[in-house]
Order: sequence, then C-alpha cells, then structure tokens
Amino acid sequence: MTQAAATEHHEPVENTSTGLNSRKLMMWAFLGSDVMFFGAFIATYLVYRGKSLVGPYPSEILDIPLTSVSTFVLLMSSLAMVLGLHYVKEGQKNKGTIWILVVVVLGAIFMGFQFYEFREFAHEGLTPRTNIFGTTFFILTGIHGAHVTIGVAWMAFMAYGSHTGALRKDNALDLEIAGLYWHFVDIVWIVIFTVIYLISATDGPPPGVGPTILH
Amino acid sequence: MTTKSLKFPQAFPRPKSATGIWSWIGTVDHKRIGTMYGIVSFIWFLVGGLEALLMRAQLASAENDLIGPEAFNQLFTMHGTTMVFLVIMPLSAAFFNWLIPLQIGARDVAFPRLNALSFWIFLFGSILINFSWVTGDAPNGGWFGYAPNSGTTFNPGLGMTYWVVGLNVLGVASIAAGLNFIVTILNMRAPGMDMFKIPIFTWMTLITSVLIVLAMPVLAVAGIQLMTDRVYGTHFFNSLGGGDPVMWQHIFWLFGHPEVYILILPAMGIVSEVLPTFARKPLFGYPFVVFAGAVIAFMGWFVWSHHMFTVGLGPAANTAFSISTMLIAVPTGVKIFNWLGTLWGGNIRLNTPMLFSISFIAMFTIGGLSGVMHASPPTDAQQQDTYFIVAHFHYVLVGGALLGIFSGIYFWWPKFTGYFLNEKLGIANWALMMIGFNLQFAPMHWLGMDGMPRRIYTYAENMGWEGSNLAASIGGLILGIGILVFIFNVFYSKMNKVMAGDDPWDGRTLEWATSSPPPVHDFDVIPQVQYRDDFWFKKYPETISEYYHDDHDQAVPSGAQLDDEVEEALPVVSGGSDDHGHGAIHLPDMSYYPFILSVGIAILGAGFITNTYVVGAGVPFILWGLLGWSMEPVNDPE
Repeated sequence: MTQAAATEHHEPVENTSTGLNSRKLMMWAFLGSDVMFFGAFIATYLVYRGKSLVGPYPSEILDIPLTSVSTFVLLMSSLAMVLGLHYVKEGQKNKGTIWILVVVVLGAIFMGFQFYEFREFAHEGLTPRTNIFGTTFFILTGIHGAHVTIGVAWMAFMAYGSHTGALRKDNALDLEIAGLYWHFVDIVWIVIFTVIYLISATDGPPPGVGPTILH
Repeated sequence: MTTKSLKFPQAFPRPKSATGIWSWIGTVDHKRIGTMYGIVSFIWFLVGGLEALLMRAQLASAENDLIGPEAFNQLFTMHGTTMVFLVIMPLSAAFFNWLIPLQIGARDVAFPRLNALSFWIFLFGSILINFSWVTGDAPNGGWFGYAPNSGTTFNPGLGMTYWVVGLNVLGVASIAAGLNFIVTILNMRAPGMDMFKIPIFTWMTLITSVLIVLAMPVLAVAGIQLMTDRVYGTHFFNSLGGGDPVMWQHIFWLFGHPEVYILILPAMGIVSEVLPTFARKPLFGYPFVVFAGAVIAFMGWFVWSHHMFTVGLGPAANTAFSISTMLIAVPTGVKIFNWLGTLWGGNIRLNTPMLFSISFIAMFTIGGLSGVMHASPPTDAQQQDTYFIVAHFHYVLVGGALLGIFSGIYFWWPKFTGYFLNEKLGIANWALMMIGFNLQFAPMHWLGMDGMPRRIYTYAENMGWEGSNLAASIGGLILGIGILVFIFNVFYSKMNKVMAGDDPWDGRTLEWATSSPPPVHDFDVIPQVQYRDDFWFKKYPETISEYYHDDHDQAVPSGAQLDDEVEEALPVVSGGSDDHGHGAIHLPDMSYYPFILSVGIAILGAGFITNTYVVGAGVPFILWGLLGWSMEPVNDPE
C-alpha cells in the first residue's frame, strides 16, 4: 500500500492471520469469558431458587410491571447503540453523538430503576442478608448493574470522543467493540429477567410457611 | 495523519530508556515480561518448597511437636495455593511469553501493554496473598477453601479473606493473559503458518489459554460468593440462611478440574517439543496430540464431581462422573503413545532436557494411572482424603508439570540467554530431583492405602507409619537439594559461559531461526512458513519428501502478511506488504499505565480485606491507569 493510500479514506482491511481485527477478536473472547462468569451466578440462583427459609419471598416482593419497563428501556438502548454506530460509520458526527448519548441516558435510567428497586426491597425487608433469595438476587443483579455502570461510563467516553471528533468513521471500530460489550450486557439482562422475574414470579413460601408481607 | 485524538495529561514522560528500573516497569517486551514472570514465580517456588519442607520436618516422626496444628494448617494451605497459582501457572506463563511470539514468527504479542498488566497484577496479587504471613494470619482452609470451614463461623480471622481476595486478583491477571495469547496465536502467525503448522507448544498454549479464559471466571464467582459471605454476611454457603456448603464444592471444582489441565497442558507442550528435537524426527501423530489436547480441555468440564464422590450426590451422579473420568484418561493415554512413538526408532540424544522429558512420561503415567484408580467411586471412597490422593496429584503436578517445566528451562535456556546451562550439574539436578521426588511421594501411596489421612499435623506412634514418613521427609530434603543444585547451576553457568549459538540443539521450530538471545524485535525478517517444523525442513530439504508426499498444499497463502495496516501491537514494517523487514522496524513504545492500573487493582483488593476507605483509595489509580492507557497511542508520533 502506498503512503498516499494509507492516509486517504479506505475500508478497513485487517492484515492478521485470520483477517479479523485483533481487538474485536479479543472482545469476543472476553465475552465468552463473561458468559462463564454470569453463567455461574445464574446457575447459583437457579440451584437456590425456592430455598429461602424466611421471607420476603419472590412472589411477595417482585414488581414485574416496573421491571418490564426498565427492561424495555435497556432493550431500546441497544437500538440506540446500533443507530449511533451507523451514523458514526456514515461520518454524521452530530447524529452519531446524539444516539450515543441516548445510549448513555437509557443506561442511566436503567441504573436508576435498579437503584429504586434495591431501595424499595430494603424498605420491605429484603437485603442480601435476609435470606438466600436476597443473597442470590442482589449479587446477581448487582454484578449485572456493575456491568451496566461500566458500559455507561464507556459510552459517555465514546460520546465525548464523537463530540470532539476523536471518534470518526475511520476508527468507528472503537465504538463497534464497545457496542459488542453493550449488546452482551443487554442480552444477559434478558436471561436474568427471565430467570429471576418471569419464572420466579410465583415463588412463594415453602409448604407450611405463611406469607411474611401482608399487602 | 492529522486527525484529532484525545489527550490525557501525562504525570511522567513516557518511559524510553532501555536500561534501569523504569525500563522494566515500563516494558512491553514479551521477552522481558517472560523473564520477570520466571524470576518472580521461581522465588515463590522456593517459598512454597520451604513450606513443604517444614511440613515434612513435622511429619518425619510420630507425635512430633515441631509445628503446631494451627501453623500446619496454614502451611498446607499456602503450599497448595502457592504451587498452583504462583508457581506452575506463572512459570507456564513465562514460557508462553518468551516463546509464543518466537514460535509463530511475530515481533510481540497482540497486546503488549495488556501483557505487562497481566504480569504486574500477578506480582501484586501474589504479594497480597502472601502478606497474610506478615500479619500472622495466613489462610488455613486448604487450597480448595471448602465451605463452611472457610466461612467466618469456623474461620473468623482475616486469613481466608486474604486468600479469596488474592485469588480473585490473580484471576484477573490470568484472564488478561489468556485473552492475549488466544488473539496472538490466532492472529499473529507468520505468513503461511496455518493452524496445523504451528508448533505443538503453541497449540497447547492456545488450548490452555481457552481453558484459563473460561475457567477463571468460575473461580471468580466462587471467590466473590465466599467473599460476600465473609465480608457482608450473605448466605451462599450458610445453611442457616438457606445456602448449601456443597454448592461451594460444585463451583470450586467446576473451576478446579479444568485448572488441573491448565497446569499440565503447557508441560505436555514442552515435552512435545523436546522429544522430537532429541529424537531427531517429527512428533509422531501431530494431529492426534492436538486433538487429544482439545478433547482433554473439553471433557475436563464434565468430570468435576469426581472430587466429590464421598459427598453423597447419589449413584446416578457418581456413575456419570465416574464414566466421564475414565473416558478422559483415553486422550491422555493417546498422548503418551504419541511420545513413545516419537522416541521409537529415533536417533536419541540423552541430555538434561531429554532426561527430564522422558522422566515426565514415566512419572506422569504413574500419576495418571493412580488417577484412573480413584475414578471408581467405591475405590475413591477408600482413598478420599488419604495420602494416596496426595501421592497421586504430586506425581501429576511435580512428576508431570514441574519436570516438564524443568525440561523446558534446560531446553530453551540457550535461546533465552545465549549460553548453555552446565550439563554435568544439570544431570546432577535431574538425578537428585528424581531420587528425592520418588522417595518422597512413592511411600505416600501405601501410607494412604494404610489409611493415613491428609492434612493431619501428626500421627500416633503405633500406626506403623513412621518409616514411610521418614523416607518421605528425607526424599523431600533430597528434592530440595536438587533444586539448590539448579540454582547453583544458573549462577555457575552464568560465570562460566559456554556460548550456544543460535541453534544449539538442531531445533525444529522458528525460535531457533533467530539469534540467541533474540534481538528486541525478535526477527530481522519475518519468516515465510511452508511446512510444519519449517525451520528443520529448510535446513534439511532432502527430508521433505520423506514426510510430505504431495506438493499441492505447499503454496504460501497470500494476505496474511505484515504491513502498516496491522493492529495495535503489531510492529510496523515500513515499506509495504511485500517487503518484509527491509526498512525500519517499529516496536510498540513503553508505557507505565499497566503498572499504575495494577497498583490500583492491588489497593482495591487490599481494601476488600481491610476497609472500604482503602477501596476508595484504589479507584483513582484505576481511573488514572484506564484513562491514560486508552488515550495513549501505541506509538508516539515521531
């Protein structure tokens, strides 16, 4: 490749053995690693499901409609992520910046919902120390929340980069890699939402034990 | 390019010097990082060995009161933890670092700064976990940390908190290194080197790295759960709160069994390089060795409950895990026959690396066979928690992993340094280690069969165990003297250098194609690869027809070539894609951000042990490291 061609606009061509970008490949490998991380936590939750000796039990405390809203918000952030990457790749700086900011805002709203939920649960008497449901619930969703927090910080950094012109169409790969992470965190939430909220929604006290919270 | 990029204010100028302390703290050179891994983990090896010798001294006679039960618990816990996480794994990492770029014809790993980060986190994590000795509260719950014994009810001190936090910090280092080597091996191969032409050690590194990347997160989960139980009072392993201590065993061994293969596969890779070199013929059945390694790595995930046959999981679970455990012996056995087939009919040279490698086969076979014995639940019920198990895994980990590593040290020392290790001292080292090792661990087989339990600090006089225990202790001493001979050899060889030249063993793989020690850029010209064992066939083209019967797949694929498009770490060869190395060679610049980031992670870990304010003190370092790193170009504009 001549020097002139290198400085002009070009489609990225990877000169690696596999033809894949090394950083992108590493992100995929990292996500494989993270699957095992979440997988072990989710497996722990499932093994301990319905094993709480004292309340509050999931059926008494989970608010499915509220969490459905926050789930919707997080899913929409993935759509914003796709649009943000699209516009950055197109070279439309302002639209790109705005959509990345939408990702940040939606992610932050999700975090707000989680903060509210944790506080409500604490008020109703469920903490990580209360019972095994509290232990597994707070640690699993808390670990996910930590992932979202890292993602929001990363996306804010990306939005700032896009705004200043440091993130452009020729290095949109930076955003694409961050996006892989974001989508992954989103997909993990779908699993967590299914496992904790949907299939555990009716989990009440074990046979012979009365309810602990009277609404 | 004139495009804009973000800048982070620099507290120090970027390190440039090639000498002095900053040249090591800021280094991103895979060879220097490999050397640091080697030195640090060898120091921990001496510490772990000393712990073992103290235990052997205590057990040398019945009713001995040299070391009390509390200190004995700390010693066996830290001996196991040290040898697994601070010795065998990082010694393997030292070989990965030194050899992988050389074997695949690259100038560095894919992410040199990440590589530096892995080392620094490993260093600080290892200091963190051993700092517990200074506080007088060393971990005492075994290297497996079984709940509920590792919980605060039975273990109120800080020891197990040090252990669990230290392991989590070390896990970060391992995962980062694993990711780095996966990408390096997949993406940085020399032109023409397709996956079935890479050296077998590189294959085993790839498989090990995949295992590390998938298994260490599981340990992290176990660690986080135990840590929150200990520090914040959650109930993961507390049966009073609805938890279940057996869950710890499941999660720990789901990590723990793949971990066993993480320890042994690199040694298998080393032996698979040494044997063909000194038998002067190619590895017998290369694809079988590769696939056997992959099958071991896959099946390693389905055998964890054989550590739990006596827990009472029921006949169905015990049967399933018994079958899978017996099956995993098959690919392991395949490899042993591959090595024997390599030796068969070879023109064998018996020097120190070869002696270690052949001993590896013998000792590993003994350890493997005793392993198959306790794949049977009724047999295991007899052997569980006895010295028979101790004998088994020391034959696998010392007779296997460690002998393989020593073979690798003698084999590649000339490449690392430019001179040989002394051969006579090497053979003395080998002989003392073999005699000491077998004298120490063979008697443990019958001690275990006779019912002597593990982890007891003393035993009664009338059990009939005194003779065998004394023999084991003497054996440990001889093994230790063997290690001292090795250290003496290192210094003796350095002072009486016998220069080796670039290719002292008539080697087969690309690391022998460059000078000894290699230049900082590894290769003046990136090699073009046509054959498996390319370097050998280039030296002896007349042997090509013996091993390659057709020519049609010998064309060098185009495209996989180095030029200035290559990603982050790949040093740029100016002058265009079809002109390798005839211009200036740019290596990635040094960086101090990995060091800063790892300091932050170490402080964070220390905070989880002590108090939350310390956690807060770690965060600024982490942010500084991360932000500075992400805005620092791989190479500063000139």
